[in-house]
Amino acid sequence: MELVCPAGNLPSLKTAVDHGANAVYFGFRDDTNARHFAGLNFAPNKMAEGIEYARRRNVRVFVALNTYPRPDGFKRWQEAVDRAADLGVDALIAADLGVLDYASSKHPNLPLHLSVQGSATNYEALRFYHEHFGVRRAVLPRVLSMSQTRHVIENSPLEIEVFAFGSLCVMVEGRCILSSYATGRSPNTFGACSPASHVEWIETPDGLDTRLGGVLIQRHPKGENVGYPTLCKGTFRVADHTYHAIEEPISLNAMELLPELQAAGVKAVKIEGRQRSPVYVGQVTRVWRQALDALARDPQHFKPRPEWTAELGKVSEGAQTTLGAYHRPWQ
Amino acid sequence: MTATDSATASPASSTGTRSGPRLSLGPISYYWPKDQVDAFYQQVEHLPVDIVYLGETICSKRNEVRFEDWLAIGERLAASGKEVVLSTLSLLEAESELLRLRAICENEGFLVEANDMGAVQLLRGRPFVVGHSVNVYNDRSLAVLARSGLKRWVLPVELTADCLADMQRLRPAGIETEVYAYGRLPLAYSARCFTARARNLPKDDCRYCCIDYPDGLEVATQDDQGFLVLNGIQTQSARTNNLLPELPRLRELDVDILRISPQAQGTDAIVQLFDQALRGDKTPAEASAAIQPLMPSGACDGYWHGEAGMDQVAQV
Repeated sequence: MELVCPAGNLPSLKTAVDHGANAVYFGFRDDTNARHFAGLNFAPNKMAEGIEYARRRNVRVFVALNTYPRPDGFKRWQEAVDRAADLGVDALIAADLGVLDYASSKHPNLPLHLSVQGSATNYEALRFYHEHFGVRRAVLPRVLSMSQTRHVIENSPLEIEVFAFGSLCVMVEGRCILSSYATGRSPNTFGACSPASHVEWIETPDGLDTRLGGVLIQRHPKGENVGYPTLCKGTFRVADHTYHAIEEPISLNAMELLPELQAAGVKAVKIEGRQRSPVYVGQVTRVWRQALDALARDPQHFKPRPEWTAELGKVSEGAQTTLGAYHRPWQ
Repeated sequence: MTATDSATASPASSTGTRSGPRLSLGPISYYWPKDQVDAFYQQVEHLPVDIVYLGETICSKRNEVRFEDWLAIGERLAASGKEVVLSTLSLLEAESELLRLRAICENEGFLVEANDMGAVQLLRGRPFVVGHSVNVYNDRSLAVLARSGLKRWVLPVELTADCLADMQRLRPAGIETEVYAYGRLPLAYSARCFTARARNLPKDDCRYCCIDYPDGLEVATQDDQGFLVLNGIQTQSARTNNLLPELPRLRELDVDILRISPQAQGTDAIVQLFDQALRGDKTPAEASAAIQPLMPSGACDGYWHGEAGMDQVAQV
C-alpha cells in the first residue's frame, strides 16, 4: 500500500519525503483546494521545487484541486489544471464534475483521482467517474464501515485510497455545509471549514467562549484546554443534555486495521493534515512508514506497537483517536 | 397536517392567474408514521402544487412506507394531475441500498430524482432530475449531466442568487432549474446517526427513534440559540430557508420550479401562500409575513444573498 502524506508547504513536503512517504499531495495557494488557509500551500515556483525534490527520491506528487468552482471563477480552476499538467504531476485530485471534464478532455494523459470531496461512497458512483473521465483512483469519504469498504473495492473499476490518520470529518466530505451556514464559507466554495477569520475567543468570568460566525461553539471553564472551534466538534444542547452532539474533538487512527485494509485491496492510505506543521508531518509519516514496513514483513502478525500509538496520540486532535466509521459501533 | 391557517384563502377564492415558476413539494425528509404520510398526500392531491417528489431520501432503515406504498401514493397523485417524481437516498453505502435504488431507477412510470452520483450512473440514458445534494456548482457540470439525460436540476442550497444568474445564462438548452425555496436547509450527511446518538442508542439498534421527531430534533447552543436540527444521519438548519420574498428575482432569473420542503404542521397553508403570491393575490412580503408563524424556529435566507446561510437578510 502506498503511503500518501500531506504537504502544506515546502518544508512539510521535504519532511514527508525524507520520512518515507510514497506520495505527497498539495495544493496551489488559493481557493482551488480544500485547505485554503493563510500561509499554506504552494506558489508555482515552490511547487516546481517540491516536485523536483520528491521526484529525485522516487516519491510521487499529487495536486489537489478539489473545491467546486462557480461559473465566475471557473477559468481559475481551468488555469490551475493546466498548471498542474505543465508541472507534470503524477495525478490531479479533483471533485467537481466540470473540473474533471475539463481536465480529462484537455489533458487526456493527466492521471485523475477523485477527491474525497467528490462524495463517492458506492461503486455505482465510482463507475460514473471512471466511465466519464477515466478517473483511475478514488479517495473514499470517511463514512464507510470496514465491510462496506471491502464491498466497494470488490466492485470498483478504479483503485481505492482511504484515510488512515488525522482529523476526522464526521460528515460525508463534499456534502457538508455546516461551515457556510455559520460563516458563509464552506470547504466546497472557499476551501476551508470553520475559517479562522470567523473565530472569536471571548474571555468570560467563568472561562473562555469560542464562537464561529457569532455562534457559541464551545464554553471552556477556566483552566481547561482550549481547542479550535471546528463546528461539528462543538458542545451543544439537545433536549436537556449538553454534549458533543455531533462528534468529540478526536482524530482517526486506522492503524490496527492495516492488515484488513490491505487484504481488502486498498491501494493507498492517506494521512490528513496539510494545515499541520512540518513536525507533525515528519512524526506521522515516520510512524506510518514503520507500520507499513512491518505489515509488509509479516502481515499475519501485524499489531501497532505501543510506541507508535503513543506518538500518534500526542499529535491527535483532542489527544484521542478512533476507528471512526470503519468500526460499526462508532456510527 | 393541521387545518389551513385562517389567514389563507382557498384556491377557489383566488382571483389572479398563476404565472412564473411552478410549485413542487419536496420529499418528506423526516420519519412519519404511515398514517400520517397517507393523510398528508391525500391532502396534497388538492393543493396547488404541480410536482410532488416522493420517497425516503435520508435513511434506508425507515420502513413505515415501502416502495410499493410510494408507487401507490404516486399513482393517486398522478391521477389527481400532479407530476410525480420518485426521489432517492442521498447517502448510499450498503448493497441493500443499491438494490432498492435500482428498483426505483428501473420503475417504468415515474421520473426519478438522483440524490447521489450512484443514481446518476444508474439513470444514464433516460431523463432524470438531480437533487440539491448532487454538487452542481457550474455550467460545465450541468453540461456533463445533460449529456447523461439530465432534465432538471436543483440549485445546491449554499449557492447565491448571483451564481444562479450565471448558471441560468449558461445552462444547456432544455434543462429546467428548480430552487429550494422553503424549508429547513439540508446541511450535512454522515454515517453516524445523530438522533440515535442523542438517545444513547447504537445506530444498529436505533429503535427507529426518528419517528419521535416529526420535524427533527433541535440542537441549541449553550446560550440557548436554536442552531441545527438532527434528522437521523442528516443535519439540517434550525431556521427555515424562505425565498418567497425573492419572488421577483426568481421570476427575473427564469427559475422554472420552486420547491417547498414538507414540515409536520402547516405545509398546506405554506403551499397556499406561495400560490397566492404567484397569483398576485398577496404580495410576496404579505405572504411571507403569514408564513412566518408557521416556521418552527424562525427564518433565514443568507445563502441566497451571499451571506452566512443562517442570516436573515430580507426584511419581512
